[in-house]
Amino acid sequence: METKDIKRDEFVINVGPQHPSTHGVLRLELWLDGEDIIDSKPHLGYIHRGIEKMSEALGYKQFIYLTSRMDYLSAHMNNQACSLAIEKGLQVEAPPRAQVIRVLMAELSRLASHQLWWGALGLDLGAVSPFFYAFREREMILEIFEETCGSRLTMNYITPGGVINDLHPDFVKKVKKLIEQLKGNLHEYYQLLTGNVILQARTRGVGKLTAEDAISLGCTGPVARASGVKCDVRKLHPYDGYDKVEFEEVLNDKGDNFARYWLRIEEMKQSIHIIEQLIDNIPEGSYREKLKGIVKLPAGEYYQRVETARGELGVYIVSDGKKEPYRVRFRTPNFSNLNALRPMLKGAKIGDMVSMMATLDLIIPDIDR
Amino acid sequence: MQLSISLLEITRAIDSWLNSIFHPHVAFGIELVLAGVAVILLVVAMAVLMVYAERKLAGFMQMRLGPMRVGKYGSLQAIADVMKLLLKECLVPTNSDKMMFKLAPFVVTIVSFMTIVPIAFARGIQLWDINIGVFYITAVSSLSVIGILMAGWSSNNKYSLLGAMRSGAQIVSYELSGGLALIVVVMMSGTLSISGIVQAQADGWWIIKGHIPVIIAFVTFVITSTAELNRAPFDLAEAESELTAGYHTEYSGMQFAMFFLSEYTNMFVLSMVAATVFLGGWMPFHLAGLEGFNHFMDYIPGIVWFFGKTFFILFLIVWFRWTFPRLRIDQLLKLEWKYLLPVSIINVLFAAFIALMGWYL
Repeated sequence: METKDIKRDEFVINVGPQHPSTHGVLRLELWLDGEDIIDSKPHLGYIHRGIEKMSEALGYKQFIYLTSRMDYLSAHMNNQACSLAIEKGLQVEAPPRAQVIRVLMAELSRLASHQLWWGALGLDLGAVSPFFYAFREREMILEIFEETCGSRLTMNYITPGGVINDLHPDFVKKVKKLIEQLKGNLHEYYQLLTGNVILQARTRGVGKLTAEDAISLGCTGPVARASGVKCDVRKLHPYDGYDKVEFEEVLNDKGDNFARYWLRIEEMKQSIHIIEQLIDNIPEGSYREKLKGIVKLPAGEYYQRVETARGELGVYIVSDGKKEPYRVRFRTPNFSNLNALRPMLKGAKIGDMVSMMATLDLIIPDIDR
Repeated sequence: MQLSISLLEITRAIDSWLNSIFHPHVAFGIELVLAGVAVILLVVAMAVLMVYAERKLAGFMQMRLGPMRVGKYGSLQAIADVMKLLLKECLVPTNSDKMMFKLAPFVVTIVSFMTIVPIAFARGIQLWDINIGVFYITAVSSLSVIGILMAGWSSNNKYSLLGAMRSGAQIVSYELSGGLALIVVVMMSGTLSISGIVQAQADGWWIIKGHIPVIIAFVTFVITSTAELNRAPFDLAEAESELTAGYHTEYSGMQFAMFFLSEYTNMFVLSMVAATVFLGGWMPFHLAGLEGFNHFMDYIPGIVWFFGKTFFILFLIVWFRWTFPRLRIDQLLKLEWKYLLPVSIINVLFAAFIALMGWYL
């Protein structure tokens, strides 16, 4: 028997580029049937600045500063990736003190980034208060950054050969205070949001991403690890002494929104653990190798990857021996994590669109370089 | 007690004074106008107070100060906001249904003003002691969904339409459990009149006298009123992270302020109803058999009792808003149709049994 195809009341809405829950200028085209999402399509390019192209006109030490503006919540890690790639080309290594400082800064950024994500997730799910709670500790981290690096968000601290300046005298004291407070506050996070019935109902079993999908879509970072994919660059390709510290690669095989939520909270605990090991053992000595004012990389190709707060960042530099790079290319985590949105959204409710985007933790300027 | 009697005498004095000057019909007309003005002033004053209270409570719960700059402790902030909204232009989107668009805020506001009519603030301070007071409030307050649907439909905006449809589904379903929760107390009091229900609580509030069924009904009623108010965790109609602002996305200036006003008025009215029906309204805390204690409690004026109870429930609703995340639409409807409604129906049967057997205290 032939069934008649019923014309459904489909309609299209545009979420973004200015929308409270896209966190940036992402435009998402949604085909809806009532509250159900039939299909979706992300549109990029609203914040395109041509960082890769601009990098080809700047010197090796200069273009690093642009990368702080890509994933602005992982500014340190972005700088670190570029610096390590350039160090590879120059065949120098940062002194031990600088390496420890780099790891400390990267882990502090990861904490700050995950805190902002936690607050924003609450905001996206309609709970406003967690945002303020998250900013309480984030403010402490930003103050530490401000004292040492001079800025709070787009830090330009890590440089080829080490770090630009030595640590502020109060650094160790303040970090220890932060760690003490954070341990108590992670429990508060649990009471306020993690243990909440509504949050559990909104996140468990929603936005499933299988390990195969995560691999084929190129997802990295917490998004892939929540689907059970081992992809922590810090473990797989250790850099800057990550192989000397003890920490666990947090994994979860559920692959749903709650798995991604839980994973980031656990990652914060691991970051705290890393900082605790290093903060009392910062080696003395120089914080930077002396390099020439204008650096020239020998002709060749250099690639370096690091684990940012959102996943794997790869920096690919092609040098023709001049003082500017011939070609710079970034493999950014958010671009591939965004791919996961479309398969996840199919058949979901419009309210889940928000929670899925929140747990993917997208930073749009990182997608549009 | 003393205060409420004197207030009653004031109203009687005004009535006899007007009747001595004017023809009785004219006097009645003037009284109606006075009552209307009194309701509007009361509602606006309460809404302004509530806006301030909500901001301060939110500030307290979020470890910040809240408004501090305008007036002492930001006390004039709500008035400054009203001034700002008055000065803003009321925009009407192109290709929208202009008449419906402009009418919607009025419908919503008028409805919420109408619901306040049968509420007893203290002994004798009641505009209309109608014998079906509870029924009137439930019937009239359900009309506000029409205003919301009008606003959403006429805005020519898909977000607004989605918000309005959500709101329709939500308010219509939650009204069932809310009504059933009120029926429990109506059965026990044996009357639908507000003053009758308050009088029935002279020897103890229903939440104490009626024990298990009334406690269940009270909890159900607080949940359903939060849902009917479109407030978090049930604020799907205006979910800012999904629909930017839902049904009132396109409204600006005073039109928006009217939606806002009606939301806060409804919040007040439903809290007042809960305070009246479950917590004794203006009736002081009495216990059957303890005359000395009851007499001592009577020294606190009824209006203080009434607003104290109202603010307690308002505080609960504000507290929900600043701690809970938002539900999804299917979870929201599931909560009502799968949990609250069956529980309410069984509770009504249970309460009827208890009322028949006279097993309340």
